[in-house]
Parts: sequence; structure tokens; C-alpha cells
Amino acid sequence: MPSDQFELETAPADVGTLRRVAIDPVSRVEGHGKVTLLLDDDDRVQQVRLHIVEFRGFEKFIQGRPYWEVPVMVQRLCGICPVSHHLAAAKALDHVLGVERLTPTAEKVRRLMHYGQILQSHALHFFHLSSPDLLFGFASEAGRRNIVGVAAAYPEVARQGVLLRKFGQEVIRLTAGKRVHGTGAVPGGVNRSLRREDRDGLLAEIAAIIGWSQQAVQLVKRLHAADPVLYDGFGTFRSNILSLVGTDGALDFYDGHLRARDADGQILVDGFPIENYQQLIREEVKAWSYMKFPFLAALGPQHGWYKVGPLARVQNCDRIPTPLAEGERREFIDHGQGKLIHAPLAYHWARMIEMLHAAETIEELLHDDDLSGSALTSSGARQRRGVGVIEAPRGTLIHDYQVDDDDLVSSCNLIVSTTHNNQPMNEAIRRVAQRYLNGRQLTEGLLNHIEVAIRAFDPCLSCATHALGKMPLQVELRDAAGILVGRLAAAS
Amino acid sequence: MSPLSILLDGLPVPFEDHQTIMDAALAAGIYIPHLCHHPEFEPQGSCKLCTVKANGRYVSACTMPARDGMEVENNSPDLNDKRRTLLQMLFVEGNHFCPSCEQSGNCMLQALAYELEMLSPHFDQFYPNRPLDASHAEVLLDFNRCILCELCVRASRDVDGKSVFALSGRGIGKHLIVNAESGRLADSNFALSDKAAQVCPVGVIIEKRRGFAVPIGERRYDVEPISVQAERLRPRRAGEEC
Repeated sequence: MPSDQFELETAPADVGTLRRVAIDPVSRVEGHGKVTLLLDDDDRVQQVRLHIVEFRGFEKFIQGRPYWEVPVMVQRLCGICPVSHHLAAAKALDHVLGVERLTPTAEKVRRLMHYGQILQSHALHFFHLSSPDLLFGFASEAGRRNIVGVAAAYPEVARQGVLLRKFGQEVIRLTAGKRVHGTGAVPGGVNRSLRREDRDGLLAEIAAIIGWSQQAVQLVKRLHAADPVLYDGFGTFRSNILSLVGTDGALDFYDGHLRARDADGQILVDGFPIENYQQLIREEVKAWSYMKFPFLAALGPQHGWYKVGPLARVQNCDRIPTPLAEGERREFIDHGQGKLIHAPLAYHWARMIEMLHAAETIEELLHDDDLSGSALTSSGARQRRGVGVIEAPRGTLIHDYQVDDDDLVSSCNLIVSTTHNNQPMNEAIRRVAQRYLNGRQLTEGLLNHIEVAIRAFDPCLSCATHALGKMPLQVELRDAAGILVGRLAAAS
Repeated sequence: MSPLSILLDGLPVPFEDHQTIMDAALAAGIYIPHLCHHPEFEPQGSCKLCTVKANGRYVSACTMPARDGMEVENNSPDLNDKRRTLLQMLFVEGNHFCPSCEQSGNCMLQALAYELEMLSPHFDQFYPNRPLDASHAEVLLDFNRCILCELCVRASRDVDGKSVFALSGRGIGKHLIVNAESGRLADSNFALSDKAAQVCPVGVIIEKRRGFAVPIGERRYDVEPISVQAERLRPRRAGEEC
């Protein structure tokens, strides 16, 4: 294997004729992607790749549009977590307007919207997309592996999942105007506060929502306890982790600074200001996928890649600022016995802890009268550039805009949560392929193991392929054994 | 002597001398779909959305003088089919992206599409390349949404006395221009307070930095569909309070 290549990313040139198996499309994820496997005559796995086959173009067509249109336009990247894009864009444009501090009402309405989204997205992912694998088994009957099958076998679990998501969607509707693709956040603030009767309606349900979120955490813990070898070992690989943490080091989905740890849990970077993210992160382009491969610049592409999302966040923060979720976080950390937990299936556990935290935070916010205030927007001294970072359900989301004096956007850079997890997802499926598929006759159930590993990251492949325009193109010349003998990079 | 009246979809509707079918309908609170008509300006009959059948002939309601005893067909499947087709052509000729348009909820074109149950553009999109004019400090021109109704042309010429806007070109090449040497709004004497800044039925003439200030649910056509807002559109008589 060439030293600058990941194992199983590219098949060796000397293994003879290879057979191609494709999982196309990968199901029960957001967006369109496929996995290709190359197998030799003895069914040994020689190459595994997760390809993202969508192509969007948001970074290009946002150019030349007025800046106040951006939060509404870019949220169309996604139908599952549009609030993340809506808020990340609004936060970036707050800086363009020179707003250093939102009004209390604006900040709290945005937070409520965001935590509502975390709740609904995590519920959707766990109950609708992943629970069929976890409850029935990865190789169980394919026709049953869906939310309808869960509803038949575990009606109360399915009911709670559906109602949890519904509640999160309702929070979004009341703060953004619509369940999907609303307009609540505007540059410099919000366009509405929460009506008191709407707040009372949400408060009437919140106790049940918190209770069901606790039950969801217990369910995942029972699954781990029932088969620790599987849950701790399935597709497990070590990597760095990255996330936003609050300025006090606590878990914060809406604001803070960047923190990265190495695979042993040692802090690599802390308190990193978001506007300098380009000094922290670089992106690599590979010919076989539309999705880029980000890495920590200081460590390079081979060693600098990292995980984002619930598994990273819950272990990266110092604490969770709500009591029930903090208790669960401590138990989760104890499960690692002093080490970082890297198991992809532990994403589900961390995700449900975050869902509980979101429910608790929503309750706290609903008791805050600022939510119904009338001061909605702020302004300041106009700037040319703004960066907004937020923790989307799937991980760290970065929006970066430049706006000219005529109010039109002149450039846009988006680094989307799923993109950060590109290399981790590829690593996970290669581990799974080696462990479960190598040398065996492939069946649908075995191939679903690959999809289970991808689903653990809750990827949104639609979001992750937003780029168009100047790609940092690089041509590499390799000899028959795959050894790099020359490289030509276009100056950009 | 009995008052003059037309029979609009079977209902007697009174009118006064020199009124058009549109004037009579709006005065009676009856909605006839339209885009280029505005009660404060001379009618020009260019959008054809107000096409009705008067005594069996297709005519523009905004330009056709009412005649005593005239039988007018307005809200019929045949006419609404034709209006829907006209709307579809207007949508594909420009770049009308309602999901991210700040005029969404306040746009007459969108409101009419809902009213007439337009479910798809039907025709191939033209995707014209129409750069924005953001040169003015207070107003943005997004030509992508222009439907050539000429309301801004008429308002600027007839009310503001400036003639900032005009249509140029012919046929499919016809487009809205700014009367300035450079063609830029900043180089005209246009002002946000002009009548022309208030009349665009779509989202071409936009006040800068105000987009999406009105929340969903409170925008003009969120509150009531366009067809029940006819009363607000009717021409006022001298001395009548708005």
C-alpha cells in the first residue's frame, strides 16, 4: 500500500481481475450516495469506497444575490436540517451587519428553533432510520427493516419516536413560520418572537417529551449492554474529533469556539476563533467523490482527519449544562474507561443524550420571558465578511460569506457537517467490509452491515455536496503499483 | 331611468359611464384576475390575465368599456384554464424561485398561481440570464422576476414625472431598462419614495435590507387569498375615504 493512501481506498494494481459490487443507493440516509466494493476471485475485499453522486452548486449560485436572501436560500440545501443552514447563514450575516450581540429575544428565539431542530432530527434519525437495524438485527428480513416494521413490533417505541419528531417540528414552526424552510432568522436578529399562547402549548407537552427522551437513552443503553462486543467493535477506528464548545467549555449547539482532540482525548486545539477556521481546516479533493475530505491543517490529510457530530460533541465538551443529560454523559464517558469512545454505533447513544439535552434546554427556554420580547433586530458597523458556525445535528457547520458594498454576496464557502465525516465513514465501512464481508458470499443482509455503519453517522449527502466552481484540482501520476511518482497542482 | 348594468357570471353589476368591465367588477367587490391593471393608472391590457368573454368574445376586462346589458363570463373553467396557461408562460419566461424570494407571500404572480391552482410550470424553463442592478443605495432591481406589466413605467412617468423605467426590445427580447446613460438605477433620479417603488406586483423593485422582515403568516396573501382582496383594489370615488 502506498504510504500516502488509506487502506482499502484503492485496490492494488497486481491483484488481477476484480468483481465490482455496488450498494446503490445507500438507503435510509438523507440524499443519494453509493458504496462500491471490489472483490477478487476469492471474494476478498480489495477496495471499498463511499461515493457521493449528487452535485448541487449552492456556493456558486448564491454569488450575486442580496445578502438578506441568503439564510432563506441556502437552507434549501436540506429538507431535514434546514434550520442549521438558516441559522449558520444568519449568524455569518450578523457579522456582516456588524452585530456583536443579538437582542435577548433574538438569541433565545434562534436557540429555541435550533434545539427544536436537534430534537426532531435526532428523533428522525434514531427511530425512523436506524432503529430497525438495531431492534431487528442488521441481517434481519429486509422487508421488515423500516419504521412500519418497528411500529408493528414495538408500537410504543415507534409512537414516541413519531411524537418526539412532531414536537421538534412544532417548535420550528412556531419560531420560523413553517415546519420546513421557514424564515424566522434574519441578518441581525429574528422576524418574530414566540407568542405566549404558543409557549403555553409547548410547555403542556414538554414533560412527556423529556420523559420519552430519557426512555430513548435507556433503550440505546440496553442495546449496548445486550451485545457490547458488537456495539463497541462494529466498524471501530480511531481518529481525532472536532466540535464547537461553549466559551465555558460546556456543550453548546448554537455558539462558542472550536475545540479538537486527538484519538486519545488530548486537546489539540481549544478556544479557536471561528472566523479563522481556514487556518485550522483544509479540504482535500479525491477524483471518485463529489464530497471533499477535510483535515486539520497542522496534521495533514493522512493524520488530520476527524469525526464530528454527537460522538465528538459529547466527549469534546467539559459538561452538559442540563442535569439529566449531564448524568447520562457521565455514564457514557465512564463506558470508555478513561479513553475516547470511537465506536460508530456509540453515535446512537451520544445522539440520544443530545436529544435529551435538547428537550431539557427547550423547557428552560420556554420559561424565559425574553422569548416573547419585542426587540427583534440589532445593527452595527457594516463589515465585508462574516463567518457563522453552528453545531448542526450531524456536526459542525461552517458558513462563510463576503458581501460587497452593493449588498450582493461576492463569495461563499460552506463546510457542511457530513463533509467532515467523509473519511470517518469511509474508514468505518472498510473496517466492516474486512470483518464481515471478506471471503464470504455476499447477501443483502451482509451488505446492510455496510449501510448500518454509514447510518450511524447520520449523513446528509445532499448537504455535503453543495460546491461548484473552482475545485482545488490536482493531478497525480502513479505507477502500476500505485506509487505516487508525480503531482501537478493548479494554482488557484 | 334604470341604472346601467352588466350581467357578470349571471349577476347584475351596475356601472357608470366610461367604466370598464374591470372597474365595474372591482367596484362591486368581484375579483377578475389581473396583473398589469392598477386602479390608479390608465389600463393597458398587456398581461391578458383579465381576459373575459363579453357577449361571446374574448376581451380584456381592464380595457373593454362596459355596455348596458353586456353578458360577461369571468369565473369559468374555460377562462381559468387559459389564465393558468398565461401564468405558466410568465413563470417560465423569467426566473421565479418562490422558495427563496423575499416577495413570497406578497407577490401577485404567486398569489394568482395559488388562486388558479397552477400545479406546475408545464412549459420548459427559459432560465434567462438577467443580472441584478444593486447600484442604488436603497433599492435593488431583480429583473429575473419582471413580467413586463409596465406598472413601474406608468407610475414613474405619470405620477413621479421621472420616466425612470421603460421597456426596450421587441417580442421575446423585450425587457425592462433604466433610463440612464449607464443603464444603472444609481445614475437615475429614482428615489425610494417614488410611486414607482410601490407598485411592482412581483419582486423586481425591492427595498434593500428589508427582505423577510414580515413573518410567515402575516404576509399579504397569507392572511387572505387574492380573490377576496378585490374590495381593497376598487377605484375610490372623489371624497371617499380609503
